[in-house]
Amino acid sequence: MKIAFSSYGKTLDVLLDERFGRAANFVIYDTETKETAVIANTQNLEAAQGAGIQSAMHIVNAGAEAVITGHCGPKAFHVLQTAGIKVYLTRAVTGEQALREFEAGRLTPSTQADVEGHWA
Amino acid sequence: MKIAIASGKGGTGKTTVSLALAETLGNRARLFDCDVEEPNCHLFINAQPTHIEPVNVLTPEFDLKHCLGCGKCAQHCHFNAIAAVKQQMIHFAELCHGCGNCVLNCPANAIARGTRQIGRLEFCNAANFELISGVAQIGSSMSPPVIRQLKRHADRQRINLFDAPPGTACAMTAAVDGCDYVILVTEPTPFGLHDLQLAIQTLKMMNLRFGVIVNRADPQVDIIGGFCRQQQIKLLMQIAFSRRIAEGYSRGQRLLQAAPELKAEFETMLKGLGAI
Amino acid sequence: MKEIVLLSGKGGTGKTNLCGCFAQLSGGAVLADCDVDASNLPLLLRPEIRSRHDFYAGFEPQFDPLKCLRCGDCSAACPFQALGVDASGLPRLRATGCEGCAVCVSVCKTDAVTMISRQCGEWYESQTSCGVMFHAKLLPGGENSGKLIAQLRRAAKQKALAVHAANLICDGPPGIGCPAISAVSGADLAILVTEPTVSGLHDLKRVAQLVKQFGVPAQVVINKCDLNPEMADAIQSFCQSKQIALAGRVKFDPLFQQTVQTGDTVLKYPQSEPAQAITQIWQTICATLN
Repeated sequence: MKIAFSSYGKTLDVLLDERFGRAANFVIYDTETKETAVIANTQNLEAAQGAGIQSAMHIVNAGAEAVITGHCGPKAFHVLQTAGIKVYLTRAVTGEQALREFEAGRLTPSTQADVEGHWA
Repeated sequence: MKIAIASGKGGTGKTTVSLALAETLGNRARLFDCDVEEPNCHLFINAQPTHIEPVNVLTPEFDLKHCLGCGKCAQHCHFNAIAAVKQQMIHFAELCHGCGNCVLNCPANAIARGTRQIGRLEFCNAANFELISGVAQIGSSMSPPVIRQLKRHADRQRINLFDAPPGTACAMTAAVDGCDYVILVTEPTPFGLHDLQLAIQTLKMMNLRFGVIVNRADPQVDIIGGFCRQQQIKLLMQIAFSRRIAEGYSRGQRLLQAAPELKAEFETMLKGLGAI
Repeated sequence: MKEIVLLSGKGGTGKTNLCGCFAQLSGGAVLADCDVDASNLPLLLRPEIRSRHDFYAGFEPQFDPLKCLRCGDCSAACPFQALGVDASGLPRLRATGCEGCAVCVSVCKTDAVTMISRQCGEWYESQTSCGVMFHAKLLPGGENSGKLIAQLRRAAKQKALAVHAANLICDGPPGIGCPAISAVSGADLAILVTEPTVSGLHDLKRVAQLVKQFGVPAQVVINKCDLNPEMADAIQSFCQSKQIALAGRVKFDPLFQQTVQTGDTVLKYPQSEPAQAITQIWQTICATLN
């Protein structure tokens, strides 16, 4: 399955970006092939509004089944939940650490957004 | 005739002046409270609304039976208010501007033009004039549609007075748009002068005629008068600071109740504007 | 690092003066003037601009004179009546009204309309005697003021974290609409500045409800409190009924206007009544945040 990590960089050993909606990139990791792909999210850094929604749509379109991030706002969460994508929140510093937590079963899927949306 | 009362800076006395103008004109006036986020005119009138009109905006209603799941509606939404998730359409009402572009671009005609309420208009018969207040719902964030619907009740046979919101952004411009004259109310302070200049810039950009009233005037401080003379801007009136007026205001007393002697000055000013 | 935003509902209650004082008392805060279409904090704190940034948000239409048929469909279809025509009959944006929705693009039969990014204003990072300040100028009639405010707060927050500032203090806009929501959502504390008048209480109730809806804790400051002691007490009762803390009261004082003239705050006279009242209020706020 494919897992999306919100990231400052382009590989899993880089810092995890705690913010889902305004993350610089998404690193998509395939658990079967062990390969990673990168989706740049820069236009959502600058989006007038609905950045979380657009970021979530990137994940839907990439075919990911799970998202691992630091914080997820209500609109992004709504979209991901509707698409059946699980959201895992972590305090891990790098994507790699977060992946190890996930594989060890230490992360549980969220039932709701954990932060308020940012207006505009 | 349409006269707007605006300012730039908040708290300078727009509502105070608007009510005084309405009271001076009596049944020749219709007063519109366009500060729909924080409408205050009704607080100074001892009357209940006679009726309420909802303010609705367009909202898309998705017919999922005919939806192709193409996502064109989401692609064409410039406000990111639609997410097309595997044929489950999510609409984010708080981001929606009610423009209908999604409806226009649906290849299957699967979106209907629904409505949702974002505020209301309250109609009130005041002391001797009509008041219509616009009230935006708390958290709704969209003022211009409420203001536009409010202004559609302008009466050609009357002097329509629009009490505008503070600032110079889209809510204020929606209130002053299309007016024959704008009265800018300010106070003789550095903030008052600065924000007056911003408001004037906005009105000039919109090609609107305007003049200035100085509220809480102090004979020792001619900061606004000096500016108006230098820029050849019409200084319509000065209302002297008075503790009595300020205290009356704090209790909900109108200006002409606290200082009835000012009515003659308002009449003179309105004559000069061609309203009387 | 804690973010404090000053709101009021009603304009003219004294947010900016109070904000200036908090900036001085905080000693090492980062500041943001989020009242972007009537920005007054710079008048008080006299910033030196260090960097200037164009602010683009949303879109506006551009009309191709070679493809345009002058049919008028776009201006008829515009949901915001934002289109007029120029002397040659080519559609032209009116000074205000366009929300960047692109309905005009959708109805045009000859693809003569394209949407381009719209410049709504500019924002600045500046140095003041109280710390770094972020402020902005919205173009007259500007749309997307909410986004400009969000941009300022984002830049200010990044800076505050980078310099290990104790506080980010934001001077907020009046009202309860998009700009106010953008200024306060996600803040650690909202300071609601009110005055003891019928209008002040009415508007305080609406802004208090807004702030609660967005999950931001609030405290109230009653400014010009001696103008009407009964109303001041009514406001206090309201606060108690909603379990909103009262951070303090400040009396009307000509010293506020006097000091603004020279770009100072009342703290220039630390023994004065207003200075002492505000210092006490700041201490109450700090105690809440820690």
